[in-house]
Amino acid sequence: MMNEPYGPRPGKILNPTRIMVYGVLIVAAIYYLLPLYIMITTSMKGLPEIRMGNIFALPVEVTFAPWAKAWDSACTGLYCEGLKTGFWNSVIITIPSVIVSIAIASVNGYALSNWKFKGSEVFFTILIFGSFIPFQVMLYPLVIVTRELGIFGSLWGIIFIHTIFGMPILTLLFRNYFASLPEELFKAARVDGAGFWGIFFKIMVPMSVPIFVVAVILQITGIWNDFLFGVVFAGTENFPMTVQLNNIVNSKQGVTEYNVNMAATILTGAVPLIVYFLSGKYFVRGIAAGAVKG
Amino acid sequence: MKNSIEIRDLSLNFGAVKVLTDLNLDIQDGEFLVLLGASGCGKSTLLNCIAGLLDVSGGQIFINGDNVTWKEPKERGIGMVFQSYALYPQMTVEGNLSFGLKNSKVPKDEIEKKIAHAAGILQIESLLKRKPGELSGGQRQRVAIGRALVREVEVFLFDEPLSNLDAKLRADLRVEIKRLHQKLKNTMIYVTHDQIEAMTLADRIAIMKDGLVQQLDDPRTIYNNPVNKYVAGFIGSPGMNFLDGQLKAGEPASFKMAEGSVDLTNYAFQQSFTDGQKVTFGIRPEHIVVGDEASEMPFSQEVEVEIIEPMGSDTLVWTKLNNQDFRFMLDGQIAINTGDKVNIGFDPKISSIFDEATELRV
Amino acid sequence: MATDARPNTLFRNLNAKLAALPMILCTMLIFVGCSLWTIIYSFTSSKALPVEKFVGFAQYERLFNTSRWVQSVENIMIYGIVALIFSFVVGFILAAFLDQKIRFENTFRTIFLYPFALSFIVTGVVWQWILDPSLGLQETMRNLGWENFTFDLISGKDTVIYALLMAGLWQGTGFVMVLMLAGLRGIDDDIWKAVRIEGIPKWKTYIVVVIPMMRGVLITTLVIVSAGIVKLYDLVVALTNGGPGLSSEVPAKYVYDFMFSRANIGQGLAASTVMLATVFIILIPWIYLEYGNKGKK
Repeated sequence: MMNEPYGPRPGKILNPTRIMVYGVLIVAAIYYLLPLYIMITTSMKGLPEIRMGNIFALPVEVTFAPWAKAWDSACTGLYCEGLKTGFWNSVIITIPSVIVSIAIASVNGYALSNWKFKGSEVFFTILIFGSFIPFQVMLYPLVIVTRELGIFGSLWGIIFIHTIFGMPILTLLFRNYFASLPEELFKAARVDGAGFWGIFFKIMVPMSVPIFVVAVILQITGIWNDFLFGVVFAGTENFPMTVQLNNIVNSKQGVTEYNVNMAATILTGAVPLIVYFLSGKYFVRGIAAGAVKG
Repeated sequence: MKNSIEIRDLSLNFGAVKVLTDLNLDIQDGEFLVLLGASGCGKSTLLNCIAGLLDVSGGQIFINGDNVTWKEPKERGIGMVFQSYALYPQMTVEGNLSFGLKNSKVPKDEIEKKIAHAAGILQIESLLKRKPGELSGGQRQRVAIGRALVREVEVFLFDEPLSNLDAKLRADLRVEIKRLHQKLKNTMIYVTHDQIEAMTLADRIAIMKDGLVQQLDDPRTIYNNPVNKYVAGFIGSPGMNFLDGQLKAGEPASFKMAEGSVDLTNYAFQQSFTDGQKVTFGIRPEHIVVGDEASEMPFSQEVEVEIIEPMGSDTLVWTKLNNQDFRFMLDGQIAINTGDKVNIGFDPKISSIFDEATELRV
Repeated sequence: MATDARPNTLFRNLNAKLAALPMILCTMLIFVGCSLWTIIYSFTSSKALPVEKFVGFAQYERLFNTSRWVQSVENIMIYGIVALIFSFVVGFILAAFLDQKIRFENTFRTIFLYPFALSFIVTGVVWQWILDPSLGLQETMRNLGWENFTFDLISGKDTVIYALLMAGLWQGTGFVMVLMLAGLRGIDDDIWKAVRIEGIPKWKTYIVVVIPMMRGVLITTLVIVSAGIVKLYDLVVALTNGGPGLSSEVPAKYVYDFMFSRANIGQGLAASTVMLATVFIILIPWIYLEYGNKGKK
């Protein structure tokens, strides 16, 4: 053929704009990664090495002693038990809170998208507005409510609180997802004689695995990272890991052990970070869901 | 013949929007009724009301004499086939077919028997173990029909079942639905915006517009005797030609245009008219004859060809009559060119005349 | 023929209503009820325990005459304005760059967003270490040869707010970027083809065409980020604990301290009511967007 272009395909030329784009992205990436790098290297150094005053330096002598101390024996002002109690407290708080909040919110979202009734949209609107109310506004009345229910300062208290404050975003997430499923499927199931729960469990849930994954990720990171509710509602015995971390780092007693602090920080951040790196796309979907209009 | 479905004064509002207004409709046992109309006319809404998927604002629905207005869909003895097939994606074909039966606690061996029977009728035996995602559009719709079939319902509801299929498949499945109806003799209500589907399938067609039934008749009557201009324009492809003018009383009466007039001796008036009444005269393109034949017609005139659209078996010719667009059909084998002068003619016997203001047939 | 009457609507789809009950209770009792309780009791002289002794606006008068509160409000406003400008500009630029069919796009996005997966406490503790004047970044730079390198945000009364900003922006800019990127991806590809054919330069396209098209995403992000800023608490506790002195106090911390440490519930409630009012003002553009558009459709 005469008109076809011949010769090698022109390669992608790295023009100045493209170099600039990559340059900016790489510089930004370094900035974002630097604290993680400092966290990890510091946690593996001995105190004398830290006192040499170079936070960028790689550890000369790698030691895991700070990690062991952070986990097992770092002091939180009163006790010297390390983070392990906090870790298990966070696990015990997170698992039931994630399950209960998602169970309730998914059914809510389903009722709101497929079984609209008079006033359901009004409640939903209030719920979404509710998510913007600063927690501080509801803090004290909730102390009274949980105390009246007899769950203040207990595991159930903190589960209750996480279920309530997870409800707006999770309900929005599920409602929008269920609404995006073809309505005719829902109609077909009704004609086939399935009821409210039958349609939910046999038709909707099996089709909604991705959104359940998104919700689980959202809740695990959110609840694990919580500080304020843990301080107020969980009770001293159930203090989550974030509270313990803060107590270890900011208890101004004796020598500040930066390496132990950083090890404790990594340990506290590990769960959400692992969830984040494993889930990638789903995490992005979860946080973007809040911005998608309902 | 007894009525299978009766709809009495049915109305439905979405907020302030009236979708259906005091609608009455009787559907006979074993009848194939097509609800035909442009999108937004309320035809799908009506079907959803019959199915019990929408709560009505007023009126009653009876199926086989039972008032089902406030009953759940499953208590109405209906099966429904949807445009998007609405197959449960996580279940196999077998699971899809058995879902309704399981919900009504039919014993397992009976379910198997019914599935085998329905699969036989629809020739989907080989697909039973597959998931909907592995099926073609035509196969999916067959399964969707099967889902209604296994439940042995009195009434089948079809909501634009063929709209998602390509033209060839659509024609094939259309025939299959017709065959199914002839075999089962169930009452079927079929919603579509496609007039070909309506004409080919229906015992009777209900043409809807703005939430009202414009005309309910058998396809031939609707084609030949449309009750108003909307129905006349909606049915037929290509659409009916409309000419503006007025009626002249006298013996014989005539239709007078700006240029020329049509002798209405053969036209069967259904209403009296006044001299000088402004009307629209409608004649279908396929009812126009040309050449020598035209000269023998009560009306004939020479026109100039503007545009030709060859369509294979026929050729559609655009011209001007009375300064308005006017189309007629020619046999596809006849050679014709733009600019040719042609003598065309027609017999007002097969025409329709509508009052200009009310658009009702005169 | 029998004409069955319309059944009682309250009991139609009863299951759905029962299922929605937790949500209804949550909205009415918690979100509405508790907020109202807070507003009402902010007009009482409650100290260690809530009492129904109404004192008008006395708590509010005291609030705005307390230097700690005034400082808190000033701080959150500086923090808020700088954080919004910075996170939107940087977030948008990063998103726009990532949208240039970049290689390793996923890797870059993962890096920019990972701090958002961390808690404010972790963020605060890490930056406390980096910004530590005696052994952190400042000392490192000095040891590397820049003898006069000064980067001591944390111990200066006027600069500590920028320490909070550094940490907060490190944590939150990725979030803004992801939302911007979602907005950019939502723009029809044909627009890009059209402007290319018309020869409009890329930067101009972004300003004239793209940003106006992203109005919805921009406003929603603005509202979410702003509402988050008002709540700022954990980061301050972990990074500075309000210090030095009162120079990095914020309203949310004021509320907590007065309610739970200083047994002055009335003050805490008044402060939190002011926070609530602020959030409602922030919500107005969003309400406008949500409900203003419905008329047009």
